[in-house]
Amino acid sequence: MAIDTNGSSPSGYGPDHPAPVIEPPRARTRRTPRTTRTNFEMYGWLFMRVSGILLVVLVITHLMIQLVLDGGVSKVSFAFVAGRWASPFWQAWDLIMLWLAMLHGGLGLRTIINDYAQRDGTRFWLKMLLYTATVFTVLLGTLVIFTFDPNIS
Amino acid sequence: MATPTLEKQPAADTGHLVTVTFRIRRFDPERSADAYWQDFELRIDPKERVLDGLHQIKWEHDGSLTFRRSCAHGICGSDAMRINGKNRLACKVLIKDIADVKDGVGTKPVVIEAMKGMTVLKDLIVDMDPFFQAYRDMMPFLITSGNEPTRERRQSPRDRERFDDTTKCILCAACTSSCPVFWNDGQYFGPAAIVNAHRFIFDSRDEGGEQRLEILNDRDGVWRCRTIFNCTDACPRGIQVTKAIQEVKQALITRRF
Repeated sequence: MAIDTNGSSPSGYGPDHPAPVIEPPRARTRRTPRTTRTNFEMYGWLFMRVSGILLVVLVITHLMIQLVLDGGVSKVSFAFVAGRWASPFWQAWDLIMLWLAMLHGGLGLRTIINDYAQRDGTRFWLKMLLYTATVFTVLLGTLVIFTFDPNIS
Repeated sequence: MATPTLEKQPAADTGHLVTVTFRIRRFDPERSADAYWQDFELRIDPKERVLDGLHQIKWEHDGSLTFRRSCAHGICGSDAMRINGKNRLACKVLIKDIADVKDGVGTKPVVIEAMKGMTVLKDLIVDMDPFFQAYRDMMPFLITSGNEPTRERRQSPRDRERFDDTTKCILCAACTSSCPVFWNDGQYFGPAAIVNAHRFIFDSRDEGGEQRLEILNDRDGVWRCRTIFNCTDACPRGIQVTKAIQEVKQALITRRF
């Protein structure tokens, strides 16, 4: 077999009609974002670790009180919640748990979106959706904890 | 195929040879836009390496098979590829260790493909430019200030020991192209670049550590590492890659607190 030099390969490419150059998709180009020179990523990483440890204690205690101890889930009612939130301790507990869990989960989902989104547009809009949902939930939860009225009719 | 191959006389004594199937992912942009799998059946000594099998294919079966190799002895790092789903140097993997040979026949095909996460140029050759760009971004050279000493820069054995592990890197890209975070968008600097930054950050003679840490502190730096350990598993030099990345993270945190 001889080297085929007359450009009659099946795809029609040859020395006189070379195949198109494939641009490497991973090159750092002018459109690559510039460095930020902030510590945001480091603080985010640290927050995930610290909040994770705190959440283990907060969430397991919460689940035990709500679902296991003293009659289990059937005891949970409006009166039960009102009784717990009468104490500033449990108000603070739930407030810290809400904020830590939402920020921890939000940061984690941000990481997942950063890792898995294929296109910059998809990544941007998914993160905007995530941030909106996180802010909404945190604000709504905080509002309820602070303005909860046990005598509501 | 198109390229001529050597006519070779079969060796006289072939009793020790085994039959092994090499399943290779072929891609030639001048022939077809699609990659395809091709099987080659080889009679080969089980104590030979995968690279010898590739040589046998290229020299005796199909001269158009394309792959990189330079020293062929695990020093240069040219022939990193995905062998049975793991990034390995073809010149360091023995046939008997991966083909599951029974009664002179390999029961499992040896699956060989180009490394993931990088543009395949042809067959097993990938475009290494983005990989080396990430390496260059780390400024992999000695940075000092002040007058140059008239003698060599002295260092205690203990200071040398601090970064000994990361001096072993041969830039084969086996670690970076085994990293799932790198697979996604390729903007993550990748384990190899961080290993080579580590080599200078923890060198007592170097004064550019702060700059390198600043680069690695950014969006595509060490904080994208998910401690998946694929890099440590892939490294043909046995570098504790994930440990090196964690040490850079630690340095970044202790720098602030």
